[in-house]
Amino acid sequence: MSHLARKLSELRPGETGVVSAFAAINAECLRLQEMGLLPGTEVRFLRKAPLGDPLEIELRGYCLTLRKKEADCVLIGASA
Amino acid sequence: MPIPVHLQGQKPIASQEAPAVFAVVGNPNSGKTTLFNALTGLRQKVANYPGVTVERKEGVCYSQHGKPIRIIDLPGAYSLSARSPDEAIMQDVLLGRRPDTPRPDAVICVLDASNVERHLFLATQVLEIGLPVIIVLNMMDLAAKRGLKVNAEKLSRALGVTVVAAQANKGDGLTALRIAMSRADLKASPWRCPVPQLFSRGMDEMQKSLRETSNYGPRRAYPEAFLLLTDEPRMAVPGSEPLSTATTELAHTWQKRLDQEIPGWRSELVVLRYNEIGTLVREVVQRINPEAPGISERIDRYLLHPVWGFLVLGTVLGMLFFSIFSLAAPLMDAIDGLTGWVGGLLAQAMPAGDLRNLVVDGVVAGVGGVVIFLPQILLLFFFIGLLENTGYMARAAFLLDRVMSKVGLHGKSFIPLLSSYACTIPGIMATRTIESPKDRLVTILVAPFMTCSARLPVYLLMIATLVPVGTAPAALKAGLLLMLYALGTGGAFFFAWFFKKTLLKGVTPSLVMELPAYRMPAWLDVLREMGERAVVFLKNAGTVILGLSILLWFLMNFPKAPAGEEHSQLSYSMAGKIGRVMEPVMQPLGFDWRINIGVVGSFAAREIFVSTMAITYNVDNVDDDNNTSLVESLHTQKRADGSPVFTPLTCLSLMVFYVFALQCTSTLAVVRRETNSWRWPLFMLGYMTTVAWVGAFIVYQGGRLLGFH
Repeated sequence: MSHLARKLSELRPGETGVVSAFAAINAECLRLQEMGLLPGTEVRFLRKAPLGDPLEIELRGYCLTLRKKEADCVLIGASA
Repeated sequence: MPIPVHLQGQKPIASQEAPAVFAVVGNPNSGKTTLFNALTGLRQKVANYPGVTVERKEGVCYSQHGKPIRIIDLPGAYSLSARSPDEAIMQDVLLGRRPDTPRPDAVICVLDASNVERHLFLATQVLEIGLPVIIVLNMMDLAAKRGLKVNAEKLSRALGVTVVAAQANKGDGLTALRIAMSRADLKASPWRCPVPQLFSRGMDEMQKSLRETSNYGPRRAYPEAFLLLTDEPRMAVPGSEPLSTATTELAHTWQKRLDQEIPGWRSELVVLRYNEIGTLVREVVQRINPEAPGISERIDRYLLHPVWGFLVLGTVLGMLFFSIFSLAAPLMDAIDGLTGWVGGLLAQAMPAGDLRNLVVDGVVAGVGGVVIFLPQILLLFFFIGLLENTGYMARAAFLLDRVMSKVGLHGKSFIPLLSSYACTIPGIMATRTIESPKDRLVTILVAPFMTCSARLPVYLLMIATLVPVGTAPAALKAGLLLMLYALGTGGAFFFAWFFKKTLLKGVTPSLVMELPAYRMPAWLDVLREMGERAVVFLKNAGTVILGLSILLWFLMNFPKAPAGEEHSQLSYSMAGKIGRVMEPVMQPLGFDWRINIGVVGSFAAREIFVSTMAITYNVDNVDDDNNTSLVESLHTQKRADGSPVFTPLTCLSLMVFYVFALQCTSTLAVVRRETNSWRWPLFMLGYMTTVAWVGAFIVYQGGRLLGFH
């Protein structure tokens, strides 16, 4: 099964992926990028909050939380 | 540079030259505050930056040679971009844009050694500002636990600045830091992030313009130019120097040109910086063993679990609520008793008269009315300090964010609102955990809708009057009470949503934040924060509360009732006159002038309504728990036309009024302190009174239309 450009928010808990691109250029995306979420960065999807939003991911050795809406603009390439 | 008065007395030696100024910067959770506390001890001063709601912390420490050094603790931030007032203040202070704060002579940049890569993002931006920098690699223990070895020496060589390894929570590395701070030859870093060529040309032009129009030296022009070009929209805060229009326009022109020629140039700058950092990290950080899932991650499997997570959260919040609601009660009673005792002593010692009344009922009771908030404030901030210190606060926000974001707020707004069920004062003070100032303000604006414990006596009296004993099951009373709580809570959420849509329009605040590793609490930091809040409350809000309560005392005691009429002093007083003047306005709500006096008197404290009613209706014995005699007396009260005053509709209308009205001078005083102006407390008073009036009007007139009395 090949996943071409899935959204970060569509990963399953525990799954890892590599950021391929951003779907939009806006202030929110820039903030994520400043936090180290860049094309080529490996991320691990840790969990959704019990109420479905926000999400928690792991990147560069630390845990980051972001809302689903924010995670929607992060695209994940085919996992290796 | 002038030394503020508050610091002058603390210089141990007579030194002619002004002390050096260091700024402390770092990401949230870098241990920045612990380090600041360790350096300055108790020599700290908290105030607001003039014109903004951002808090300014400054302290003094001494160099190895005993010279005083001023240290400014800047708000924590992930990057130097100014998207919020907190971040704008950090930028403005570092660049010397604020006349109220000297430009720092050097910067201490605190990094979490277990997370060097992301922390270097801010650190390298700070290096480019051109000030001498000392980098503190904090939490070396945590890094070691994660199997990371960070080489401070290599980092120092690569960046060209002093690097100190530290564990601020254990006091390790502080001496080395102090020695570094004492050195006269601290260097600025030559490190520069590579930039695209076109951006570089824009930088050149901007620097030229800054040097010419604003007379900046090259060291200040470079960071100014960089931040002006990259920040968009730049958050301007009051009290910071505005830039020349020529420079601002030039920045806009270049931003447009960059947008056209290099789409995504801002991202490219971030990518280029992380590339450089990546090279640096490979050189400096050594991984000793492959990473196993961290302890924090294993704990989070439970604490963020759909069932266990909410169970733990419920327990934690339950304990927090219980402590400020119940645990604080005996302490507050004790303070109340003490105030009464002191008042009694003074009453015996002083000759009877207005002066004695002023001292006993005005001043002593007023001071007591301020101090009485301390138990709740101390307990709440003990809990908040503990939650923030251990890293659980971010998890609570994570779990609750969905609920709060529905009305456009951040998960962190939950705790201030919950605390407001006990008392709005600590609740409003707790809003400082919310980073976004707009959301802090919205939370402050709606917090008084949460039914505080001072409303309870009023509700109980009105419910008892509405439903006399034995006429209805107790469940009806409980149900009514619950409805009142629900009405207040609903009002808070509705107005939060409303303000986010209108007056304080803004996107739901971003939740992009680190979930920090769990840590053992730094007890000293928790206690210090607790004490600091208490001092801030007493100094900034307490004085206003005291002034207002003395004013209220005057309103209720002057002019004097004629001899023989002392028992109806209140109706002769200014407050009584106000009650009468208000009659035409309050009549449509079913209130008579005596109820109006109670409403006015409630501004001192809502529960005073009960005693005011007893006084105005001349009931002596209100000491029994159920207010039986008062309730009976209220039942028999007649209006001028002979109809009863306290009809069920009037009781309901009055209760609805109390749900929404902001009748609390202490709340006004604390909002003034937190928002740094009288504008917002007055706005709150206006809009909440309007809502209360409209609510009560609908209940009373609607009820009459439906044929009730």
